[in-house]
Order: sequence, then C-alpha cells, then structure tokens
Amino acid sequence: MLFQDIVFWLLSVMAVGGALGVVLVPDLFRAALLLIVVFIAVAGFFILLSAEFLAVVQVLIYVGAIAILIIFAIMLTRDVQRGNLPNRLQIPAVVFSALLFSALVAVAVDTRWKFLPDVEQERVELVQTSAVTTLTDEVLIKEGVTAADEQAEVQEAGLADLLISDYVLPFEAVSVLLLAALIGALVLVRPDPRRGRG
Amino acid sequence: MSFEAFLIVAAILFCIGLYGSLSRRNVLAVLMSIELMFNAVNVTLVAMAKYLAPAALQDDISTVLTGQVFAIFIITVAAAEIALGLGIVFAMYRTNESVDLSDATSMQH
Repeated sequence: MLFQDIVFWLLSVMAVGGALGVVLVPDLFRAALLLIVVFIAVAGFFILLSAEFLAVVQVLIYVGAIAILIIFAIMLTRDVQRGNLPNRLQIPAVVFSALLFSALVAVAVDTRWKFLPDVEQERVELVQTSAVTTLTDEVLIKEGVTAADEQAEVQEAGLADLLISDYVLPFEAVSVLLLAALIGALVLVRPDPRRGRG
Repeated sequence: MSFEAFLIVAAILFCIGLYGSLSRRNVLAVLMSIELMFNAVNVTLVAMAKYLAPAALQDDISTVLTGQVFAIFIITVAAAEIALGLGIVFAMYRTNESVDLSDATSMQH
C-alpha cells in the first residue's frame, strides 16, 4: 500500500505541475509537451485504479494521436512567437475557478461515500482487471473464485461484454459521431476551390 | 491513496483547465485546456467505478465497469472534438491569418 501511495503522490505532482505548465508557460510548443506529461500521469492514475485497458487507450489516443495533432497545429499556425497570452478575463477566470474548486473539494470531503468491505473489494478488482482478457476456469480457481455461479458472474463482467450488450446503442452512436466529425474536419480544411489556394 | 485524494486531484486538474480555457487568447491553448478538463472527468469516473460502484451495485456485479465504459465514450468524443476543433482552427487561420481569439470578431454584429 505504501508503494502505491508513493506512486500516487508522484503522479499527482506530475499531473498538477504539468497542467499548471500547460496554462502558464508562455511558449505554446512547450505547453503542448507538458500536456503529454499530464496525459501520461493520467494513464498512471488509470493503472492505480485497476483500469489497465483504459491506461493503454489513454496512451494510444491521447499521447499518440491528440497530442501529436495539437503539436502539428501549433507548428502549422505561425502564432507561436506571440506565445500564450492571457486575455482581459484573467481575474474573473481565477476567481471562478477557485470558487468551483472549493465547491468540488467541499463536496468530495463532506459526502459520506459508501465503500465495500475490503474482502469483497478484492473480488471486484478481479472483475475489473479482467477487462480485456477472458478469464479461464483455472485462473478463477487460482484466484479463489470457486463457486460456479460466482465464476459465471465474473466472466460476464468484462468491459467488452458490457460495451456490446448494455451499451451497444451508445457505442454505435459514438462511432457515427466520430465518422461525422472526421468528415466534417476534412470538409473544413479543404482548400477553397474558388480562391485556388490552400 | 484514498478515493477523496483522487477526487481532489481531478478537481485540481479540472479547475486548472477551466482557468486556462477562460483566460487564454490562443485557440490552441484553449483546446489544450479543454483536453485537461476531459482528463479530469475521466479520472473521476474511473475512480468512482472502482470505489463506489461495487457498493452501489452489490447484487449486480456485471455492471461494475460502467464508469470505465463512460470513460471510453468520453475519450472517443474527445478525439472527435479535437479533430473538428483543429479543422475550425485551420479554417479560422486561413480567413484571419491568426489564431488569436481576440481577433475572431467577424461574427459580432
């Protein structure tokens, strides 16, 4: 547990420091690199929260695709020299963010969250880490899940099964949304045929 | 490494992103701040899937990963958002020769 705590605090410092850098560093290119640091720290949080599949997705999509796209955009638009200037809303933005932060912390600390006892929590973590792999009977018996109905329960609970059973409609809707967004982006950046330049 | 610690770190990330998206003039800085906010929400959802959902869904353990499913949807929507956002940034750069939000005044009456 102690090791996990140390990792958690290291990741928190990485994430918060990187996020502060993203909004405060005047050089946009360095801000984008710090954004990658934040993404990697968040992937570490996912591993700590036993969501390994999401951690891999985070690294692939955020670090591999989104950060690269942003860096390309920064290099293609020549406003890098002007830097990351603040606008006139500086003080209201600070006040509003601070107010929201205090409200969020108050809610997080004040609420009485209901947790499971530790013994049952272990069994649940077994379910959660089975997100991408199918658990065979041998693995389940080795982990101490022996009753037949419990085995069936654990095997049904993978992330992929949930995505294509309970959430199949949102899943399809999100795929259509992604396709529409990509086509829309292509249409937006297409060179204007009347002006003949791109 | 308690549940509240995760919530507070996510709240810090979200508020930094909110501050950035409200107070910066460069469109790309605003987009990066929005990505920060997406990430903060994802951390919150996954933390709740681990710590709270099992207690709330004691008899139906098969839906305990719902928080992670939502996080996957958010990541997909974030990818769509950044693709469209950068498309708009390029269109704006072509018409305005600038990605400064203070110059984007052509739709004011």
